[in-house]
Amino acid sequence: MKKLIGLAAVFTLASSLSAFAFEPGKTECVAPAAPGGGWDFTCRQVGKTLQDLKLVPGSMQVTNVAGGGGGVAFAEVVSKRNDDNSLIVAASSATATRLAQGAFPGNTMDQVRWIGSVGADYGIIAVAKNSAVNTLPELMDMIKKDPSSVSVAGGSAVGGWDHLKVLIAANKAGVEDVRQVKYVAFDGGGEAVTQLLAGSVQAFTGDASEAKGFVDSGDIKVIAVLAPERLEGDFASFPTAKEQGIDVIGANWRGFYAPGGMSDEAYDYWVDAVGKVYASDEWKGIMAANGLAPLDLQGEEFQAFVKESIESITNLSKQIGIVK
Amino acid sequence: MDTLASLADGFAVALTWQNLFLALVGCFLGTIIGALPGLGPSNGVAILIPLAFTLGLPATPALILLTSVYYGAMYGGRISSILLNIPGDEPALMTTLDGYPMARAGKAGEALAISGLASFVGAFFATWGLVFLAPQLVKVALLFGPAEYFALFVLAFATLGGVASRNQAKAAFAAALGLGIATIGVDGQTGVPRFAFGEVHLYDGIDFLVAIVGLFALSEVFIFLEHRGNGSGADASMRVGRVIPPWKMVRETLPAMGRSTILGFIAGVLPGAGASLGSFISYTFEKRLSDRKGTFGKGDPRGIAAPEAGNNAAAGGALVPMLALGVPGSGTTAVLLAMLLALNITPGPLLFQQNPDVVWGLIAALFIGNLMLLAMNLPMVSLFVRVLLIPTRYLMPAVAMISFVGIYGISGSTFDLLVMIAFGVLGWVLRKLDVPLVPIILGVLLGDQMEKNLRRAMTIHDGDWTMLFNSWLAIGLWTFAVVGFVLPLIIGRYLRPKIADQPIAEGADPD
Repeated sequence: MKKLIGLAAVFTLASSLSAFAFEPGKTECVAPAAPGGGWDFTCRQVGKTLQDLKLVPGSMQVTNVAGGGGGVAFAEVVSKRNDDNSLIVAASSATATRLAQGAFPGNTMDQVRWIGSVGADYGIIAVAKNSAVNTLPELMDMIKKDPSSVSVAGGSAVGGWDHLKVLIAANKAGVEDVRQVKYVAFDGGGEAVTQLLAGSVQAFTGDASEAKGFVDSGDIKVIAVLAPERLEGDFASFPTAKEQGIDVIGANWRGFYAPGGMSDEAYDYWVDAVGKVYASDEWKGIMAANGLAPLDLQGEEFQAFVKESIESITNLSKQIGIVK
Repeated sequence: MDTLASLADGFAVALTWQNLFLALVGCFLGTIIGALPGLGPSNGVAILIPLAFTLGLPATPALILLTSVYYGAMYGGRISSILLNIPGDEPALMTTLDGYPMARAGKAGEALAISGLASFVGAFFATWGLVFLAPQLVKVALLFGPAEYFALFVLAFATLGGVASRNQAKAAFAAALGLGIATIGVDGQTGVPRFAFGEVHLYDGIDFLVAIVGLFALSEVFIFLEHRGNGSGADASMRVGRVIPPWKMVRETLPAMGRSTILGFIAGVLPGAGASLGSFISYTFEKRLSDRKGTFGKGDPRGIAAPEAGNNAAAGGALVPMLALGVPGSGTTAVLLAMLLALNITPGPLLFQQNPDVVWGLIAALFIGNLMLLAMNLPMVSLFVRVLLIPTRYLMPAVAMISFVGIYGISGSTFDLLVMIAFGVLGWVLRKLDVPLVPIILGVLLGDQMEKNLRRAMTIHDGDWTMLFNSWLAIGLWTFAVVGFVLPLIIGRYLRPKIADQPIAEGADPD
C-alpha cells in the first residue's frame, strides 16, 4: 500500500505545462462505471495518451463513479461540478441510449457539453458456424416467417444498444412489428456468444471487439457488419448489412462530455486535446489493438451527432414501447 | 505429454527474480485485502491494475501480480470470517458458520490452520484441473443453457435448509428477504426499473458487498455499542489455541477437502456461478453427507475445510472460462479479463495457441503463488491471529472505519454508505430476532442470477414451462433438488439426534 501512496505522490509533484489560452490544473476523467468496463478503459487509455503526448500537465486522474448505468455520474456532474474546467467524462452509445429513454431521471443531453469521439465499435450480427443461415436477409426472412423461431442474444439489457441494433436492422428489412423480434439479454457479450455456441439461441448481436476471439477461432459466422463500409483487418471478409440491401449502421461510439458550465476556452482546449489524441499514431495503435474503427467527430459536429442519435433512439424506443 | 512440456516452459517464464518478487508482493497484499471486510478479490485486483500499468509491466508479470492478489484474497477472506464473524469477501461467507464458533471455543489457531490447508488443497488441485482440463471443460460450460442454470440455482436453494438448521422458518424468511432485495434495480429483460423509486442510485440494484458489510460488520459494531463495549463479539474468554492442527483433525477433514475441491471447481467453471456458489454448494453437500452428529454450525472443522477448499477451487475454475472463452466466471475474473484486453491479449478459444507463454507462465505462477500462500498462512498464521489480541474497544472503531472506506472505494458514492448503514440496522434488528443472516446474502447473490436465467429460458421458449425440463442435465439437476429438499425432511429426524432449539448468546449470528 505504501508503494501506491508513494507513486501517487510522485505523480502529483510532477508537472509540465503546455501553452494554451486555458491552463488546466489537475485534470480528471470520470469513468461512470466500476474499474474494468468500457468507460474505465476509455478514460485510462485516453488519459495515458494525453499524458504521453504532454497535452495535460502530469498525469490524468481517473475517478470511478459507478451506478445507474452512468446516471449517477451524469447527475453528479450536472448538480455538483457544473463549472469544473478540468473535468471530462467518458461516454458511449449507451449514454445516448439512456438519455433518449429517460433512464437518467431529470437529465437531458443539453445539460452537458459534448467534446468529441475517439472511435467506434461497429455492431455485428452473427450465427453459429454450423447454422444454415448465411446472410442477414436470410435471418430476417426467418424472423418474418416465424418470429418465435429465432432468439437473438446480446450483452445489453432490453432496450439497450445491442437490442436496438437488431431492431433497427429488422425495421429496415421490413419486419412490420419489431416488437416480435425475440431478444434475450445476457450479462455482457461474452456470455451471449457462449449461449450461441451452446445452441440456446440462434443469433448474436454485439460489438465487433466482443466477437473477435470467436471470429478468429472460426466458432461463429458473422453474417453482417453494421458499418458504412467493410472493416479493416480480421473483419474485412465479412459483408456489411448495406451490401446485402439492408441499410443500417450500428456504431457503438466512444467519446467524452464535459460539465455544462465549462468555459469556452476550456471547452476549446479539451476539443483540441481529444482531437490531437485521436490523430496521434499512438492512438491509432490502441484503436487497432482493441477493434475500434474510425469515427472522427469533435466539438459542434459531435454535439450534432449525439443530438441526432438521441432523437432516432427516442423514436425507435417509442415504437417498441420502452418509452411512452 | 505436450501439456507437461508447455507447463515446464511456463515455469521457465515464471521463475525469474522479478516474477517471484511480484508473486510474493501480490500474495501478501492479496491476503491483507481479502482479510479486510468489504475489500474482496475484485476490488483488490482493480486497485492494483493502475500499479501494474504505472510500473510498465509486460503482460506476463502484470498477470502474475494480479492473479497472486486474486488467490491471496481468496485465502485472506477466511481470516476475518473466523476471527470476527465478518466475511472478508463474499465467498468466505460460509466459513463464518463453523469458523467463528471454533474461534469462540478457543480453537482460532486450529481453524485458521485447517482453513489455510483447505485453501491450499482447493487451489492446488484446481490449478492442476486448469492445466489438464481447460480445453475439455469449455464443453461443460456449453452444456448449460438458461434452463440448466435455473435448475442449478433451484438446487442451491433447495439445499438451503442445510445451512440454517436451527429454525427452518426463520431461514426461509431470511432467504425470501434476500430474494426480494435481489429484485431491486433495472430489470434486464424489460428495461424497467423495479423498487427504485426514481432514485438513480438504485438502478443497478444493491451491490451485495454493501449488503454483506452492512449486515455483518456494521451490525457487529451496533451490538458492541449497545453493550457499551462490555463483553460482546470477540470476548476475553477467546483464546487462540494451538496454531498447528492435530494430525487427527487433518485426516478427518481431508475427504471433505477432496469432495469440495471437485464441487467448487465445477461451480467455478460455470460462467456466472463463481466462487460464492462453489463454497455454498461445498458446505451444504458436506453437511448433508457427513453431519451425523449435528456438529455443523457449532465449530466442526469439516465445516470450514469444505467451503474454503470449495471457494479456492472455484477461483481456479473461474479462470477456465475466462481464458478459454473470454467469459468471466466471477466478478474478479471480469476485472482480470478487462486487464487482458488492455494488454492487447484477446482471451478466447485461440489464446492457448496464440499466447502460450502468457497462459503457461500464468499457470506456473499460480503454482508458485500457492506454495507461497501456504507458507504465509500456516507458519505465519499467528501473525494474523494477533488481531484477536486487540481489545474489542479498539477493534470495533477500526472495523467501522474499514467498512466505510472499503465501501466508498467501490463506487465513490455516499449513497452506498447510507444503504450500508440501513443494512447495518437491519442486521442488528434481525440478530435480535434470531434470524440468520447468511440466507439473506445467498438470496441476494443467487436470486438475481436465478431470476435472470428463468426469464431468459422463458423468452427463448415463448413462455413454455415444460422446456425447463428439456435436457437430461436439467432433469438430473431437478431430481437432485427435489431429493435434496424432501429427503432430509423424511429421514433427517431418524439420522440426526434432536437439536434443541436453545437460545444462544445474544449478539451471535444464530447461524
